[in-house]
Amino acid sequence: MVDATIAYPHSDPHHLRGMEASGIAHSGPASKRIATGYGFWIFILSDMVMFSAFFATYAVLLGQTAGGPSGRELFDLRNVAIETAFLLASSFTCGLASIAADTRSTIWFQLGMAVTCIFGLGFLTIEGREFASLVARGAGPTRSAFLSAFFTLVGCHGLHVSAGILWLLTMMAQVFAKGFRPDILRRILCFALFWHALDIIWIAVFTVVYLIGSAA
Amino acid sequence: MLGKLGWSVIPFDQPIPLLVGAVVLVVILGVIAWVIVAGHLPYLWREWITSVDHKRIGVMYTLLAMVMLLRGFSDAIMMRAQQAIAYHSNGYLPPEHFNQIFSAHGTIMIFFVGMPFVIGLMNLVVPLQLGVRDVAFPTLNSVGFWLTATGALLVNISLVVGEFARTGWLPYPPLSELTYSPGVGVDYYLWSLEISGVGTLVAGINLVTTVLKLRTKGMTYLRMPMFCWTTLASNLLIVAAFPILTATLAMLILDRYFGFHFFTNEAGGNVMMFMNLIWAWGHPEVYILVLPAFGIFSEVVSTFSCKPLFGYRSMVLATMAICLISFMVWLHHFFTMGAGPDVNAIFGIASMIIAVPTGVKIYNWLFTMYGGRIRFATPMMWSIGFMVTFIIGGLTGVLVAVPPADFLLHNSLFLVAHFHNVIIGGVLFGAFAGYNYWFPKAFGFRLHEGLGKAAFWFWLSGFYLAFMPLYALGFLGMTRRMQHYDVAQWRPWLIAAAFGAMLILIGIIFQVAQLIVSIRRRAELRDRTGDPWDGRSLEWATASPPPVFNFAISPNVTGEDAYWAIKAHAKQQDLEKREPDYVDIEMPRNSPTGFVCAFFATVMGFALIWHIWWMVAVGGVGAFATFVAFAWRDHDEYVIPAAEVARIDRAIIAERRALLGLAGSP
Amino acid sequence: MNILDPQGPIAAADKTILIDSIAIMLAIVLPTIVAIFAFAFWFRQSNPRAVYRPDWAYSGRIELVVWSIPALTIILLGGVAWIGSHQLDPAARVEGTGSPVRVQVVSLDWKWLFIYPDQRIATINALTVPVGAPLKLELTSASVMNVFFVPQLGSMIYTMNGMITPLNLRADQVGNYQGLSAHFSGDGFPDMLFDVHVISPLAFPDWVANTARSDQVLNRDSYNKLAQQSIGATKTSYRLEDPELFGKIAAQQIPPGPGPQLTTNPAKPAAGVGNAR
Repeated sequence: MVDATIAYPHSDPHHLRGMEASGIAHSGPASKRIATGYGFWIFILSDMVMFSAFFATYAVLLGQTAGGPSGRELFDLRNVAIETAFLLASSFTCGLASIAADTRSTIWFQLGMAVTCIFGLGFLTIEGREFASLVARGAGPTRSAFLSAFFTLVGCHGLHVSAGILWLLTMMAQVFAKGFRPDILRRILCFALFWHALDIIWIAVFTVVYLIGSAA
Repeated sequence: MLGKLGWSVIPFDQPIPLLVGAVVLVVILGVIAWVIVAGHLPYLWREWITSVDHKRIGVMYTLLAMVMLLRGFSDAIMMRAQQAIAYHSNGYLPPEHFNQIFSAHGTIMIFFVGMPFVIGLMNLVVPLQLGVRDVAFPTLNSVGFWLTATGALLVNISLVVGEFARTGWLPYPPLSELTYSPGVGVDYYLWSLEISGVGTLVAGINLVTTVLKLRTKGMTYLRMPMFCWTTLASNLLIVAAFPILTATLAMLILDRYFGFHFFTNEAGGNVMMFMNLIWAWGHPEVYILVLPAFGIFSEVVSTFSCKPLFGYRSMVLATMAICLISFMVWLHHFFTMGAGPDVNAIFGIASMIIAVPTGVKIYNWLFTMYGGRIRFATPMMWSIGFMVTFIIGGLTGVLVAVPPADFLLHNSLFLVAHFHNVIIGGVLFGAFAGYNYWFPKAFGFRLHEGLGKAAFWFWLSGFYLAFMPLYALGFLGMTRRMQHYDVAQWRPWLIAAAFGAMLILIGIIFQVAQLIVSIRRRAELRDRTGDPWDGRSLEWATASPPPVFNFAISPNVTGEDAYWAIKAHAKQQDLEKREPDYVDIEMPRNSPTGFVCAFFATVMGFALIWHIWWMVAVGGVGAFATFVAFAWRDHDEYVIPAAEVARIDRAIIAERRALLGLAGSP
Repeated sequence: MNILDPQGPIAAADKTILIDSIAIMLAIVLPTIVAIFAFAFWFRQSNPRAVYRPDWAYSGRIELVVWSIPALTIILLGGVAWIGSHQLDPAARVEGTGSPVRVQVVSLDWKWLFIYPDQRIATINALTVPVGAPLKLELTSASVMNVFFVPQLGSMIYTMNGMITPLNLRADQVGNYQGLSAHFSGDGFPDMLFDVHVISPLAFPDWVANTARSDQVLNRDSYNKLAQQSIGATKTSYRLEDPELFGKIAAQQIPPGPGPQLTTNPAKPAAGVGNAR
């Protein structure tokens, strides 16, 4: 089948040489650590797209209170400020745990993760109490489209935090049982990316849901 | 204990689904029994079910797509038969059954035929074309496949246990809300798509990372084969669009399960928001499907014209332009919802703009043929069939992008004809071209040419006979999804369309025959060279089927059409006489994680559909435990020693030298 | 039902744009299809007269042409789309003879309710309008979404609960036409047909007077009965007791209808409903 009798004068039929020369020469596949981190970044981006769908929904339904309470009547910004503080602090301690992992310090890693976990649980507790009090006041998610959107957006972030805590505990157990293996270090990297990304999303939640929501 | 489940959910009064379900069940049990009795189970488990090899997973994706194609097509034939009969009568399908069939047909064809077919081909080919040993995340790849299979399984369970959605392939609220669809049909739809959607997202992340981060030495972006570019574009769209689907369906789930008010008529819900969200995913989705097909045609046309692809840079630009613009046109799916003229016009024009890069692609394939030496092998036949058919589909697509024309054609059979024209003529023809083109690479023998061409001609003529009448029916004012009608003018066209479906059926029979005959005659169809088509890209540089590690020595790419260049240089300079230095190769170990995880996902999905809450917990905990167990294992790789690599590679080189007519051995 | 046989200015203008767009595109599509066949045939491997150019893969001039042809076509069509969208906006007024006729349309399961608030009458599955007069339609839905479509009068539009969509049409020929729902709405969807009777402006007041003598009354109670699902409803006429009824439906002061429910046994007789075609 082969017809290789025609001499092949050069391997650049589209005259890309000029462009290629200016670009970097590609040196081959990236390391596992880079590929894993990169892939996880892409996952985080896709997660943010999902959140943006919930944000858009919230923005559309903000005024649809169906005669029920609006954000101005419901939101307690002091409470939210404490939540924010917890989450930001947990990000800081998560960063410390990452540094400890880089220096292979088991004690500091476990300590950093444990504190992160406590801050995360604190955040979830405050959020849970907020949700419970809203439901108790008759402002549950079935009350109006606005409240459906509110509970879904904030609750989705809360679910992410919960999943993050589950992951965090798994990582602590893994480091305890297996030590700082390369694959475990890669997972710690991904976990840290995840946890910090939740902060970024929370900043958007704080701004769009609580600040704009209580202004509306 | 068993939620909504009971004996009454099995439709004993409906013979058709029950009979079909029984036959399918018998066939599946028969296959499983045969596998066990013949002792193939350990082999299947070891080599396929737990495989994390991208080639194996790609093959399994494709197989899933082809099996589901049979299911989706039987739905199509039933609909065509119903509409051919149901003039002034109820036909043979009552509305509640007919409505399930058109919903299932669309859902299956898009999510469980189109998606797995293109993802399977991308999985199989892209790492080979990039000159690497696997995708970025091999185990996740397996998880992604098995979750897709879970979704397909749930849809098929609905055939016998309960019912499927009767709301169309996109469940527009408020019809799909609990008030108006109290059955489990919509829940089957929602959960199967949520689960398979996770699988698709995983595949998307995996392939994006693979293309961007794992390319062999010298494989710069502008040296990648076109199929890698379209894979990149398509998977970027998956990553950006599928989360919107997940979120949208999650909102509908919350409405149905917990009484939320996203899309309800009551309490401020907004149905227009559903349409915007679902099409913000849905329009990119059609490009997710068709872009890989464009890539396949680029490879096939170039290979069988024995020429490099014309206007490579234009093609890259056009691909990425389509990738970007496809996110800005979703509103054209509902021009008739009453948006203002400015909005309609802007989205109409944005939609038309996509036709520019698409048109450029057609011309570039045309000029790739110019000055070529065209061999009309089966993949090339599908490609030429595609070019002609797709232009017609593009024309009608631009037509419905003109809002005033859409005011007459929206939701009509004209629209149905249009999207079948682009999805069959574009995606499916592309998948079939790729299937015939890369089959020898996957299995080491070619598919039978004669039967392949017979299948092509029946498919092509069947397509025209089935769908051109639908264009005419659109002009005659017939809308889609009509279970019966009493307009005499429509009937002859519908009968013609039914005959078209019969022709397609013959085409499918030929495809099945092609596969069976090719397997039986595999000795004479054997591809010893690894390069049956005189290919141009790196997948042809290794054996057919490739060894598990793909390439003994990572190729060093110095230009476009990498393998073509290697062949030419080898001929001129006889470079391959030098024995490379083989080294140990580390490969990921197989893992049952994907299969076990999907098992628990199936349990969980089924339990959620039927409100069996304890079983939901079992599924959720099981899936998590599976991942923890996976994370705990100590050895995730195994080593293939250099000597073994050398032994395998020497055999490959010997075959290739024979092919190139080079004497002697290194 | 043929959209190529329009009976009003909107349908005619929609159709003109449709035909023009096809013509514009065919001008480049047909030569391209011919070129595909010609190139594929001429450059077949077995043709010794075809020149093989194994490295020819780039030509700036051809690239320029290849990008400009579709671009120019789309610029032209984009103009058509822009102008057409504005001229044929369903919400835009339509000129006509005589005074405009207001009709309020409610899609029910599975039938159409036409309310004439100015004439204080209402009809089921039959829309009667005077020829040549501007028709100002307002549409909503009692439960699920539908699309109001009279193929020969043009421009279909969605009906949605809790919302009003505007539509302006005109019928230019006396006669009977068929309307239908163009959006799936449940088991009875294929029977959501209605007749459009276009009568002379002189006959219209007589028809109104006749209809107003109906012994059936449309008020909240009878509307709620109507909102129950049914297939192949009789073409009843009503006196409209509450002229604000439509507003109340659209504003959800009257709660949404019970909506389509499962009809296990098709309620429809085997032979089709005798609708005028």
